[in-house]
Amino acid sequence: MGAPRPTLAAGDKQMIDWRSLLQPHRIVLMALFAGLVIWCAVSLRWDWIPEYTPLAIEGAWRTIWILVVTTVAGFLLAIPLGLAQAVGPWYLSAPAKTFCTIIRGTPLLLQIWLLYYGLGSLFPQIPWIRGSELWPYLRQAWPYAVLALTLSYAGYEGEVMRGAFSGVNKGQLEAANAFGMPRFTMFRRIWLPQAIRNVLPTLGGETILQLKATPLVATITVVEIYSVSSRVRSDTFIVYEPLILLAVFYMIIAGIITLMFRRFENQTVQR
Amino acid sequence: MAVSDSAAKEIQAPDEQSEAIRVTDLHKSFGSLEVLKGVSLTAHKGDVVAIIGGSGSGKSTFLRCINFLETPTSGQIVVNGEEILMRADGTPVKRRQIERVRTRLGMVFQAFNLWTHRTLLENVIEVPIHVLKVPRAEAIEKAKILLDRVGLGDKADTFPSYLSGGQQQRAAIARALAVDPSVMLFDEPTSALDPELVGEVLTVIRDLAAEGRTMLLVTHEMKFAREVATHVVYLFEGCIEEQGPPAELFGNPKSARLQQFLQTVG
Repeated sequence: MGAPRPTLAAGDKQMIDWRSLLQPHRIVLMALFAGLVIWCAVSLRWDWIPEYTPLAIEGAWRTIWILVVTTVAGFLLAIPLGLAQAVGPWYLSAPAKTFCTIIRGTPLLLQIWLLYYGLGSLFPQIPWIRGSELWPYLRQAWPYAVLALTLSYAGYEGEVMRGAFSGVNKGQLEAANAFGMPRFTMFRRIWLPQAIRNVLPTLGGETILQLKATPLVATITVVEIYSVSSRVRSDTFIVYEPLILLAVFYMIIAGIITLMFRRFENQTVQR
Repeated sequence: MAVSDSAAKEIQAPDEQSEAIRVTDLHKSFGSLEVLKGVSLTAHKGDVVAIIGGSGSGKSTFLRCINFLETPTSGQIVVNGEEILMRADGTPVKRRQIERVRTRLGMVFQAFNLWTHRTLLENVIEVPIHVLKVPRAEAIEKAKILLDRVGLGDKADTFPSYLSGGQQQRAAIARALAVDPSVMLFDEPTSALDPELVGEVLTVIRDLAAEGRTMLLVTHEMKFAREVATHVVYLFEGCIEEQGPPAELFGNPKSARLQQFLQTVG
């Protein structure tokens, strides 16, 4: 529909009113913060930055695409996982439930290592895999990192989607049924959109958690932004400066995720 | 005569063209509880059949069996001359057939059940576009006419949650009309409404009755049933206790149970 959708007023009206910033306690806090930033800029060492900028851009880019690919793929996996648990027959719901329980019950670091050191050391022993066209990829670390993060996101979101599918009002589906809507159409047009809408805030939080899980893949030699900061530290013995920039990077990405999900939420109207 | 009881079903053959719905010996059990104990009813084109009865009499279940929102335990259902094929346990043989038949039965629910994530206009065009494959522009044009007709032309881009119950139910009627139903099924359309909102919905239904639409109406509004129905069926504990033209049924009820029922509902 081309028609404009009414947005939730609360979300829009929270824009900053500049005059309210000019109160004494706020001015003091802002001055303190500005002082901190200036002190950081002046007294800390930043001369290493030019040398590491190309590597940092590469690492940031890798963090971002790993985040995007694993959340999208993980969510696509979470839909059947949630559906199977919500309404599936036992032979679908039992494996889905088992998968989610295992993923949620074990540390992500362990999952990454099991895939990388387990599968990663098993594959080279199997001749047809070694000979296959996928081998140039499978001998690198990132496929295992992407797989582990995808499965992890799918496990958590599968559980979220189970609740989301069950939580959709039965009358909504009954209306679709009563008008002869084929099952897949009903799923695509009614059930899935309503389920996702109900858990958008949760998904936003989970995506930020996923962002903050990405540094774990540095442990299997994937060069993303966290590993770049480690590299700076070990090369130059400069500890805090890279970590501060790293924190700023994660906060910016988390902020963007928050804003994106808030936009989604404003586009959908709560019941 | 609008409705036949089961004994008269054999002599209906010549009438088949004008039959909109024929239900024969419908049984429905929930576990060990038998809710419908052999209900037969025929609605001809243009009939407005009101189904009344106390709580738990099976009237809603009966209506919901006609479009298989509830699976009958046994019996026969014919819609526009097409018999819905059932297995021995009452489950439909072909889901496709059920889907096709359902598109001709416009259902209006007690709880409205408008799709909350879509505007009124989107609600009305949803089934025409995505089930009946009507071109989008055509569906929109028709939906606007229908929304105008139920007095909601200015609310086309509003979401259901912003509307009163009466407005939502009128929109739900527009949604049902959008599929050009051969029969409309109303399942207690005013029971969830505040008293002051009942009238606006009844007005819309009354207009539909006046233009000769075939309707099955489960209702608690006795005055309304008496006014618009061409035929009234009184269900008691899963059986048709009494049926007939409204003037007769309300004016001169024969069964003691119906007399008592009419007294209690006033």
